[in-house]
Amino acid sequence: MRARYRAERRFQLYGLVAIGLTGIFLVIVLADVLFKGLPAFTQHQFVFGVKVDAAEIDPNNTRKPDEIRAGDFQALVRNTLRGIFPEASDRAARRRLDGLLSSGAGDALRDRVVADPSLIGQTVRVSVLTSADADLYFKGLGTEITRRAGRGTATPSDTSGSIEIASTVTDFASDGTLTDAEPSQLVAINGGVVKLTEIRGNRAAGEVLLPLSSAAAAAPGSWQVVTYVTPESNRRVGDREVVWLERLKEMGAVRSTFNWRFFTAGDSREPELAGIRGALVGSALTLFVTLVICLPLGVAAAIYLEEFAVKNRVTELIEVNINNLAAVPSIVFGLLGLAVFLNFFGLPRSAPLVGGLVLALLVLPTIIIAARAALKAVPPSIKEAALGVGASHQQAVFHHVLPLAVPGILTGTIIGMAHALGETAPLLMIGMVAFIVEVPHGVTDAGTVLPVQIYLWSDLPEIAFQAKTAAAIIVLLVFLFVMNGIAIYLRRRFERRW
Amino acid sequence: MDVMVHPIKTPGPASAAAAAAAPDSAKIIARSVNVYYGDKHALKDVSVDIPERAVTAFIGPSGCGKSTFLRCINRMNDTIPIARVTGEIRIDDLDIYDSSLDVVQLRARVGMVFQKPNPFPKSVYENVAYGPRIHGHARSKAELEEIVETSLKKAGLWEEVKDRLSDSGTGLSGGQQQRLCIARAIAVSPEVILMDEPCSALDPIATARIEELIDELRANYTIIIVTHSMQQAARVSQRTAFFHLGVLVEEGPTETIFTNPSDKRTLDYITGRFG
Repeated sequence: MRARYRAERRFQLYGLVAIGLTGIFLVIVLADVLFKGLPAFTQHQFVFGVKVDAAEIDPNNTRKPDEIRAGDFQALVRNTLRGIFPEASDRAARRRLDGLLSSGAGDALRDRVVADPSLIGQTVRVSVLTSADADLYFKGLGTEITRRAGRGTATPSDTSGSIEIASTVTDFASDGTLTDAEPSQLVAINGGVVKLTEIRGNRAAGEVLLPLSSAAAAAPGSWQVVTYVTPESNRRVGDREVVWLERLKEMGAVRSTFNWRFFTAGDSREPELAGIRGALVGSALTLFVTLVICLPLGVAAAIYLEEFAVKNRVTELIEVNINNLAAVPSIVFGLLGLAVFLNFFGLPRSAPLVGGLVLALLVLPTIIIAARAALKAVPPSIKEAALGVGASHQQAVFHHVLPLAVPGILTGTIIGMAHALGETAPLLMIGMVAFIVEVPHGVTDAGTVLPVQIYLWSDLPEIAFQAKTAAAIIVLLVFLFVMNGIAIYLRRRFERRW
Repeated sequence: MDVMVHPIKTPGPASAAAAAAAPDSAKIIARSVNVYYGDKHALKDVSVDIPERAVTAFIGPSGCGKSTFLRCINRMNDTIPIARVTGEIRIDDLDIYDSSLDVVQLRARVGMVFQKPNPFPKSVYENVAYGPRIHGHARSKAELEEIVETSLKKAGLWEEVKDRLSDSGTGLSGGQQQRLCIARAIAVSPEVILMDEPCSALDPIATARIEELIDELRANYTIIIVTHSMQQAARVSQRTAFFHLGVLVEEGPTETIFTNPSDKRTLDYITGRFG
């Protein structure tokens, strides 16, 4: 007797452990995705007053939208940034400075000027996209910065170039040459920043990154020793960029906004420009095709099999095969689609039309099974009642049985659609895996879908795409949760007990 | 077929002769009806005449074939794929198993009320209006409303539901639901109403109302009622048929069956020795 109770308790314990483990894994996965993906929903921008120079964008003074559109707005933004940091005069420094800007930095300005040509010649305050690296730096993927006030009086030898700083007490860390494999030491003094390269007791030699306003001696406490804890070689942004970005932040020229571009832009090779609009529209078009094909076919097949078909060997075989089809690996449907829709019928590659057809094949068994179950759940007394008052079999089915089965059919359809939304493998086979920037406008345009977009991004080496991948996963999960939520709501709302 | 007490001893195809021999004027004439469910011989060689504008009760223990026979009369057994019916059933000289017969028309003439109240999960109005609508009995909306009202009145339900015709039929009480089903059957103006244990799911008060109703309907309709309650059969019917193991054992005026049955099995059943 006691052994039996022990066995029962042990079994309950196994169950709890299993559920607990599952829950923990689920929480870890969700937390990881959220943690990685949420930063991708914000984006940092520089806010500048950019002088819209007619010579750069409309040299012929036509003021025609086409002419203006072709103008080099990127150069305008670049020049503005160079104007803020004039000391970056050599090519290498300029290239590094330009690297802070996204390659699409001029787009917002272009749109504004094309819409309103009277802005030409004026200075326009405009938000400018930062590069992915700069964006990541502001999101905390840069370095920890510690500041320590100088205790002695420091005297720089010059205001720019390679200089030496002498302090009256030992302000600098241990002696030696500083390499980029250890934390960077900098000195913020007289409005400028010096990167230290060598320390000898109270004296330190370094490169000026931001020019000093004067070479005057700085009193104790008025200057700082700044440490970038992460070594430069382990960072994607160098000390020079960090100095610039920190300076821009101090100027109030950095702004963090909600990343609408993520939802309004198509794919891009530049992480900061890439968005999921193309994938969302592709998914919507694909699902639309799937639904249009699947729902009528699936429901018709279910009604026929459940209500009209004669029960014999053939229908039994069909039934078994429908159940088997539901278990066929999805990649097989992809191969089928490749062979039939692309090669035989010659439909366009990468098109949502073909994707929808393939997914329809995939979802059809699910819908048929769900619809049959829903039809079967309608009590036979309802059909008998209809037959009893002289309705034909077909009338009884379409007037009474089918309407009562609709909630169940819809629930099954939504779950099938959610399944289709998350499906990736068969779409890879029919070429929806291509890099497509344009948002598709119709079912025959080339496009991709959300899960394939995730797959594509997850393959890219840029760190910024990791966040994009996670963010796209969040969007996909939200859609799936919403769809399943609707299905559960429908089931609860219209569930009938007889 | 050893014992077969029946006004007509020889089941024969001569329907004219049969009609003459039938009590009162026979509405339904069944001859040598056999029903098979797959290999199971559920109903064995049943021949009976059902009089017009009277209540005939089918009694017998469970599984004796009384419901099966009832369902033959409006061909509801057609909906069971494995069921097979042989023999002949005529309603007013119309062979209802004739291959040219339209089952839908037959079921409009032979209404049915089921064991469990089964109103459509629609409004009270829609429940009653459905039959006339699919048969095209009403030419206008007003006409349809009139049919619904008369049917509900005949079923004795009008006073209770006239203010909530748009409420769901499934929201009514069990007895009301069953009367709604009767109204639904009446609405297509049938000649025969088949009732398959119409009161088995109802409480005694609702049962009494239905029995009252059956008694009223007798004036206009030929009613066949299957029942497990011998008291009910005695109360509502004029004629009673006793089925046992798929065989029609005895059929005759209700009074005779209950007071002076000629077959021992009938006697055993009505005195409660089995069943």
